[in-house]
This record gives sequence, C-alpha cells and structure tokens, in this order.
Amino acid sequence: MDRPPTRPRPGRQEPAQGFWRWLDAFFRAALPPVATALLLVFVAAFRGAPALVPAVVLPAVFFWSIFRPLSMSPVAVFALGLLQDLVTYAPIGIGILTLLAVHGLAFRWRRSLAGWSFLAVWVVFCGFAAGAAGLGWLLHALLALSLPPPEPSVQFALLAAGLYPSLAFLMTRAHRAMRQAELEA
Amino acid sequence: MIRLSIPLRQALSRLTLPLMVAAAFGTMLLGKADTVIAERARTALADALAPLYAVMAEPLRAVQDGLDEARSLLQLRTDNARLREENERLRRWHAAALALEAENVMLRRQTNFVPDSTPSFNTARVVADGGGTYARAVLLATLPGQPVRKGQVALDERGLVGRVTEVGSRSARVLLATDMNSRVPITLEGSRVRAMMLGTNGGRPRIAHWPEGSVPQEGERIVTSAEAGAFPAGLPVGVVRFSPSGAAEVELFAQLDRLDMVRLFDFGLRGILPPESVARPEPRPQRR
Repeated sequence: MDRPPTRPRPGRQEPAQGFWRWLDAFFRAALPPVATALLLVFVAAFRGAPALVPAVVLPAVFFWSIFRPLSMSPVAVFALGLLQDLVTYAPIGIGILTLLAVHGLAFRWRRSLAGWSFLAVWVVFCGFAAGAAGLGWLLHALLALSLPPPEPSVQFALLAAGLYPSLAFLMTRAHRAMRQAELEA
Repeated sequence: MIRLSIPLRQALSRLTLPLMVAAAFGTMLLGKADTVIAERARTALADALAPLYAVMAEPLRAVQDGLDEARSLLQLRTDNARLREENERLRRWHAAALALEAENVMLRRQTNFVPDSTPSFNTARVVADGGGTYARAVLLATLPGQPVRKGQVALDERGLVGRVTEVGSRSARVLLATDMNSRVPITLEGSRVRAMMLGTNGGRPRIAHWPEGSVPQEGERIVTSAEAGAFPAGLPVGVVRFSPSGAAEVELFAQLDRLDMVRLFDFGLRGILPPESVARPEPRPQRR
C-alpha cells in the first residue's frame, strides 16, 4: 500500500449521511423499548422470584418516559404491557393499564422530574411503585371479583423500588451515550 | 411517508395516550370475554421463547448450583447431624417397610387383588418461571412429538407440583399447587378425611372444607383424592402444618422453588377442565 492518504485524518469522524443516518437514529429511538423487552424476557427465566418481571419493567418505563419520552411512546408502553401480561400469566390488560398510567403521569411531570436529583427521583419512583402495585391489586380484584392477598403486591412494590437505582444507573449511562451521539450527529 | 402539518401531528401525539388506554380496556374486556384468544397468544409466545429459555436454562442452573454449593458447604456440620438422625429413623422405617411388604404380598395372594396399571408418564424440563405477581406457574420446554395434554398431573421426584393448563407445540405451562386459583381435592391419610387444598400464592397452601369434628393433625400426611375425577387418589402432596395464627396449611413435598424436571402423568382423567378445553379436539397423534 504505497498510495498516500488523500486527505489528512480529520479530528472528528464525519457524521453519517442519508440512509445510514436514518438507520442510526432509528436504532437509537428503538433502543429503550427493545432493551426493556429483552430484559423482560431474560428476567422471566429466573425461577422462584415471581414478581421480578413487572419489577424490572416498571423502572424502565418510568425512566424512559421521563428522559426519552419520544422513544417510550404510549404505543411502546402498550406493547411492553401486553408482553408482560402474556409472559407473567396475568389477566391481559392489567399490566398494560398500570404501565400506561405510570407512563402518563411520568410524562406529564417529566420537565420537573428531569431536573431533580437522583435521590428525589427515586423517592418519587417509590411512590409510583406503590401506586402501580395498588392499581394492579385493584384491577385483579375487579377482574376476579374477589380480594387477592395483598402480600404479592407489596413484594412487587418493594422489589421495584429496590431495583430502581441499579437499573437507573445503567439507563443513565445509555441515555448519556445516546445524547452524546445525537449532539455529534 | 405521509407528511403531516405540525399542529395535526401534535394533536395526534396528544391523542395516542387516551387511545392506548382505551385499547387497554378493550384488550382487558376481550381477554375476559374470550379466554381462548388470550390463551392462544400466550401459548404462541411461550412456544417462540421456549428454545431461548432452554438455551439459557443451563448457564442459569450452573450459577444457581454454585450458590447452593457454597451454602451447603457452610451448613455441612448441621446437615451431617440431621442426616445421621434421619438415617437412623429411615433404617427403622426400612425394617417396618420390609415387614409390611411381605405381609402385603401374602394378603394380595389371598384376595386375588388386581393391581392398578402403572400410569404412563413423560418427563419435561422446567425452563422458566411462567408466573407473575398474582400467578404461580412454570414453563416447560417440550419436544414437538411429546404427548403433553391439558389436565395432566405434574410431579417432581417427591410429590405433587401442579397441573398442565396450557399446551403449545414446544412448550407447556404448569399451574403450581401454590397458585391462587389452584384447588386440589385431598385426603388426610391418617383419618381418611376429605378436604380441599387452596393455593394462596404463598409457599404453603391452606386446607379447607374438612368435615366438622375431624380436624387435621399436625404432621399428618396428605395425598390427593380422586374426588371430581381431576386427580388419581393417593399421589403424595405434603404434610399438615399449623401456621402461627392457627390456620391449617400444607407443607408440600415438592420443592417448587427449585424445580428442574417434572414428570407429567397421564392418568386419562378429564375431570374439571374449563369448557373451552373440553370442546377443543384432542391433538392428533404424531405423524411420521
């Protein structure tokens, strides 16, 4: 290879154009819901922790609804809820409605929530988890026309609240990386 | 792609959430009204995911085994003492069992007893948790030709696990005996009293509906009863334990939190099955 380089190495890589750029943006937009769906399917493999699946989906929907609401759209939330209901053998619709309620509220408050400290957001999330557990319990009671025991709901809320920091850490990293890529593009 | 004006697009995006909420109510009603659709969707999804779970099951089990190993190393001394004591007790039982067996053979010879035919069973691997907040179930990976049927009874090596509720081409779902919707007719072995075992989503199902005057005794063995034709009589279930609040509960023999294989027995019983599964034709025998 004796051919000299046609031009000096640029300081920054040239952003992709046309189709590639579109593809890049598409995958970036699809990452939050797709990653959440994959996590959901993966977590369902663990036996002996029945409330684990909804407890990882809830933080993901909450986080992305605040920080990337365009990616975590109501349609994506609907699809995730349906997937969750099908995987967890729940009456169909309960997961969808709880997740949509969480998404709707988080989306409405996202401007103030996005500016708060991590600890404050976590506390707010604990409230969301308790609300989601209560709503799920209520819907179960309505659909079955009998009062289900409250312990599984409490377990779900505690699990979701406890898992939020580690999941949020990973999602914050992903969010920052994506924002960096968007600024460069 | 259709280009829309910005106000129209904004209005549309504002409308999606209410639309989706309405759709959620719609699916909820649909799932409630037509359980077959929900079941088909679940089965299709489970069939698609079963191979993936089957691949993942092996490394996950390795991790779990490693953790168990570490825990058992820590408890070696106490385990040893317990096993020695248990061995002593089993030795005594062994002698008793031999004597009873000899007596049984003699009595059978005298009464021309016709033994029950041994039921056929096949074994399936548990690959994933099939339950959620309000459901206790496990997902099995089955082979395409395996004769799995709804209503089959699942047992692990110790006792009753649950019943097959959904069957796909590559997967099946077993509703565990601890699930809230599980109702198993049981017999208290000592007193031959009939009762029901109700799942509560907790670790120990409750005992209910025993006849007045015959209270279950702590430590009494529980087996299934053939009432209603859902289970054959005499499958080992567990022992009676009383909770601190005084409720009669069942400590199951089966280790539901560490299932890896279950045996699916076909007793040919078609007792209590939901109407839609009875109306559906049986799967055709496997083509060659």
